[in-house]
Amino acid sequence: MAVDPPVDRLDEEIAGLDALDALRTEARQPRLPAIWSATWPKLMAVGTFLLLWQVIVWTGWKREEVLPGPGTALGELWEIAQSSRFWDAVATTLRRAVVGYAMALTVGIVLGFAISRSTVMRRAFGSFLTGLQSMPSVAWFPLAVAVFGLFSDAPILFVVVLGAAPSIANGLISGVDHIPPLLLRAGKVMGARGLASYRHVVMPAALPGFVAGLKQGWAFSWRSLMAGELIVNIASKTSVGSELRFAQDLADGPAILAWMLVIFTVGVVVDIALFGTVDRRIRQRRGLIEVDAAAA
Amino acid sequence: MDESLLRLSSPIVDGRRPAESLAVADPRRVALSIDDVSQTYRDGRSSLKALDGVSLDVVEGEFVCLLGASGCGKTTLLNLIVGLYHLNAGRIDVGGRRVGLMFQEAGLFPWLTVERNIEMAMRFRGVPKAKRADRIRELLHMVHLDQFAENRPHELSGGMRQRVALARAFAQDADILLMDEPFGALDAMTRDVLHDEFERIWAETRLTVLFVTHNVREAVRLGDRVVLLSSRPGRVVHEFPVDIPRPRRIDDHAVSDLAGKITDRLREEVRRHGR
Repeated sequence: MAVDPPVDRLDEEIAGLDALDALRTEARQPRLPAIWSATWPKLMAVGTFLLLWQVIVWTGWKREEVLPGPGTALGELWEIAQSSRFWDAVATTLRRAVVGYAMALTVGIVLGFAISRSTVMRRAFGSFLTGLQSMPSVAWFPLAVAVFGLFSDAPILFVVVLGAAPSIANGLISGVDHIPPLLLRAGKVMGARGLASYRHVVMPAALPGFVAGLKQGWAFSWRSLMAGELIVNIASKTSVGSELRFAQDLADGPAILAWMLVIFTVGVVVDIALFGTVDRRIRQRRGLIEVDAAAA
Repeated sequence: MDESLLRLSSPIVDGRRPAESLAVADPRRVALSIDDVSQTYRDGRSSLKALDGVSLDVVEGEFVCLLGASGCGKTTLLNLIVGLYHLNAGRIDVGGRRVGLMFQEAGLFPWLTVERNIEMAMRFRGVPKAKRADRIRELLHMVHLDQFAENRPHELSGGMRQRVALARAFAQDADILLMDEPFGALDAMTRDVLHDEFERIWAETRLTVLFVTHNVREAVRLGDRVVLLSSRPGRVVHEFPVDIPRPRRIDDHAVSDLAGKITDRLREEVRRHGR
């Protein structure tokens, strides 16, 4: 088969098919409209929520001191945000969140890795881990306080780890379980062995499931942390949870709602801005999101 | 085409051919030797014999198509050759040659771009980084995907993905390429064009190819030899030499005629299971 006209024709045919088949890489949407189209539905949701809240207050169902409207609560929030005590409380809580989550991450990864690798470990601890996830974190506190005492961060961190680690471990396990067998086969055929196989095939392939676990783990750890700060009241340290408790003790309606707004905001911002973005990026890069849906 | 290739396909009796006869028939070296391979799967108490005494030799640069109905153990055989499964009985010898495998789906890593996917095969093989870039460009050019180096697999069509998989198999520097219905999931038009393209690449590289398919015409279109496997358990029932000059077209009369003959034989094999 020397070089003859059919070869040139073949080149054109291949190029033609590619041109017809390939998904065109569309020009990127301008940045500002893209941000706006992603933001306005969220703003609308917040607006609807505030409106509903205000309507309930307007019906006069409860006294204003017990259930103040959003305006009063936000005003209160603005006021306490001027004090250094507020920022101390937020800093303490965020520090615990970071430390607790980091510990949960370590424990979760070690557990998840061990269980995903070994059948014996899976049989022994697999369902136990899921069971642990359904245990309300508040139920751990009497034990945690008995063991670690009331006057340190230890009981709170203990419960945060217990709350979040199972989710993170389960995320890693399901990430590994759902790797398409074809990718593992392809890796093996190319000679991926041992550590190289983990680094270049297993870990990246398991990433979407793992990130889902991280996201859920954050939700659990934030809840556990708030429960902990409400229950384990360390007098020497002000935290978001202890301030909420304080407001409850004083029956200070606006302050209760102001601190609740803080808790909600931190939880949602981390969930959406951090984990949501990472999750979306990964799925977009792998073509797991429809192009249209990704732009919306 | 080389005359010796045709003589190689001496008639075989009862699915077996004495191993020595090949050395006499063809002076060239055997690249892949499969000798009396049997494989049984056990699942709890039940067991299934997938392969029963399969023997087959493929010489260097030969293009052999393995043809069979469902359950003939084609995929099992490929997995055994490439070492993904553990061999129960028999012997498989590739003489230290490197074996690449292509699947029906491309099996590209979705988190890597096209060029990184190709690079990964070299990386696992320990090719130094400095030497990879040129080879990647070469391979991309070979499969006509120079424009798509930076794209991710999900942005390509099925046919383009298979060409990336082909380039990746070449990046493994394989001497023997095993192909498991690689064009099976493509539309007819794309498949035709890829047949032409693959035939050309094969002719340039003189690679040894073992190509599994259930598409009779495809087997005749591409192969120097078509080996028919029976089903459940899989064993070699017949071999057909294909002495049709290349380049061929899938709608050549000679291709259709031979494909018809093979189809008759294949149907006979399928009927056996209906009795």
